Amino acid sequence: MMTTSCNGSGGSKADSTASGEDNSIMGAGSSFDNPLFSKMFSEYNKSNGLKINYQSIGSGGGIKGLTDKTVDFGASDAPLSDDQAKAMTGPAIHIPVTAGAVVLSYNLPDMKDTLKLTPEVLAGMFLGDIKKWNDPKIQAINKGSKLPAIDIVIAHRADASGTSNIFTTYLTKVSKDWETKVGKGSSVSWPVGLGGKGNEGVAGTIKQTPGAIGYIELAYAIQNGMAFAKVANKSGAFITPSIASVTAAANIDIPADGKVSLTNTDAADGYPISGLSWVIIYQEQKYNNRTSDKASKMLKLIQWMIHDGQAFSSALNYAPLSEKAVSVGDAILKTATYDGKPVLQ
Amino acid sequence: METSVENELITRNDISLRVITSEKIRDIVKGIKRVKRSHRQIRAENVFRRTLVIIGLAMVVLVVGIMLTLIVQSIPSLKALGIGYLWGQTWDPVRDVYGALPFLAGTLLTSFLALALSIPFSFAVAIFLGEYYPKGWLANLLKNTVELIAAVPSVIYGFWGLAVLVPIVRSMEASIGIPSIGYGIFTSSLILAVMVIPYAASLGRSMIQMVPSNLKEAAYSLGATRWEVIRSVILPYTRSGLFAGVLLSLGRALGETMAVTMVIGNTPLMPKNIFSTGNTMASVIANELGEADKMVYNSALIELGLVLFLVTVVINMIGKKVISRFTNE
Repeated sequence: MMTTSCNGSGGSKADSTASGEDNSIMGAGSSFDNPLFSKMFSEYNKSNGLKINYQSIGSGGGIKGLTDKTVDFGASDAPLSDDQAKAMTGPAIHIPVTAGAVVLSYNLPDMKDTLKLTPEVLAGMFLGDIKKWNDPKIQAINKGSKLPAIDIVIAHRADASGTSNIFTTYLTKVSKDWETKVGKGSSVSWPVGLGGKGNEGVAGTIKQTPGAIGYIELAYAIQNGMAFAKVANKSGAFITPSIASVTAAANIDIPADGKVSLTNTDAADGYPISGLSWVIIYQEQKYNNRTSDKASKMLKLIQWMIHDGQAFSSALNYAPLSEKAVSVGDAILKTATYDGKPVLQ
Repeated sequence: METSVENELITRNDISLRVITSEKIRDIVKGIKRVKRSHRQIRAENVFRRTLVIIGLAMVVLVVGIMLTLIVQSIPSLKALGIGYLWGQTWDPVRDVYGALPFLAGTLLTSFLALALSIPFSFAVAIFLGEYYPKGWLANLLKNTVELIAAVPSVIYGFWGLAVLVPIVRSMEASIGIPSIGYGIFTSSLILAVMVIPYAASLGRSMIQMVPSNLKEAAYSLGATRWEVIRSVILPYTRSGLFAGVLLSLGRALGETMAVTMVIGNTPLMPKNIFSTGNTMASVIANELGEADKMVYNSALIELGLVLFLVTVVINMIGKKVISRFTNE
């Protein structure tokens, strides 16, 4: 199983060895990143001998760990919120490391063609306004197929997760109704539907329930051979979610701080429900008796992750970073300092 | 437990009559004679007694400590949301509005429904094993199977519920013409009912086996049938024990998290009937605490734990009252 649920027990498990031995780095956070990170870190360990201990406890847990300084880096599917940034002792920097997508998987046994969805229809379904599969609004965009007259059963994540965050951020951008009634977050007050624990919980609900539709991670859907819908993007093109269309979604102008939401991307061939995942570190690396050696080892690791490390992405169904994202990442890494002096030249 | 000594007999209200055979002990009991003990023996006795007191007190400190932690951590939520938290029906982390009622209702509905479904089975098992077949391979098989039900990890029940019960309940719902989802309060109660059977059954069985045989024999000698013995001797004699078993079952059902969260549907809305989806307090805490990064959100979840804690305390207190009334009659 590729990903586990995003809930965890906060950063408490990461003890204070963060500044202990100098040949090990502690990280914690996103469970979405975990399979990729495991592969990257084991490869890096083979070539550089650096030990990286990554705890997949959920994005929120990683951020908490970094705030408490129990880990050297956090990994998150969402950039720091203003409140979270305020809680930190110093400015933190975000380096995009990989990209993923959230797909709409469905269970319509007699449907031969791939289901097509527009943002309006999607928001209508998840708000509970569109109740039947043969609703004229859905039928109008799927002219070739005959949709059944059964109830739409919505499946969503019950546990707080970065996947929900990407999906609700997308709905908030494309639907005024969604923005005012529900909003965005890693757990929201779902107006309708069934909650499942983790990707596997949502996938289980979809597989079991005729007429179900729910959102899961692209990697999980590909690995488990689940049917997923094409979604219309900003330019009106129906895009099949894939590694290529997610990388395309990230091929936009990324701001200098790296904090950008890829949802509802401007890229014409990009899949609209995509998102970046970030490694988050303190900009000033001299804290808690950390050595400059440790800081430079960690920054070199992150630099490797966004360059050579990207080679491991596709095999694990992660989207490699776009060129623009890599160059922004490089620039951000160079702003990291140790005692006021840049670490990487 | 009152002990009185009369005419060479010790009577206690829970043991009928017992003859004291040894002169020495009789004298000690009556307070006629003092036994000589060395200082070392007395000191060892004292140390042992003190150890018991300390360990006993540690339990009290632990429970009070847990309660205090819950209260202290709930303060931000208590301040922000007030008492309205208890009957608020909206749980919206985005807007920082939290109401516990849907989850409180979910917890109580699933637990009591499960209890109602499980009692016929657990009492039947208890009577069968306690009275009809206390020994033999069939009894052993049944006894071990029932005990195994308690030992199986709850995630396995959740999985079984998801794979087997949900489709069955869905087709049942379809046949009686209500929205057929399969997930919900009813399915959770079914799972919980299976999970709590062993608690009432095991306690009930040992209680029934402890019914003094002279009472039963007396009833039989008066011409009572087996059913009459069960109804008029065994059940009245064991009812406080049977009720205690039911209370244990209820405690288990209230706190169950994993199996419930897998089949209840996890909807933060007030359940409309027993077939609608819902959520329980334990399940919400488990699902959301890991990423609850806002202070009030985090605190509201902990307050949910406090409410669950208080619900268990209240139910236990009512249970104790009922048990003591049964015993006094």
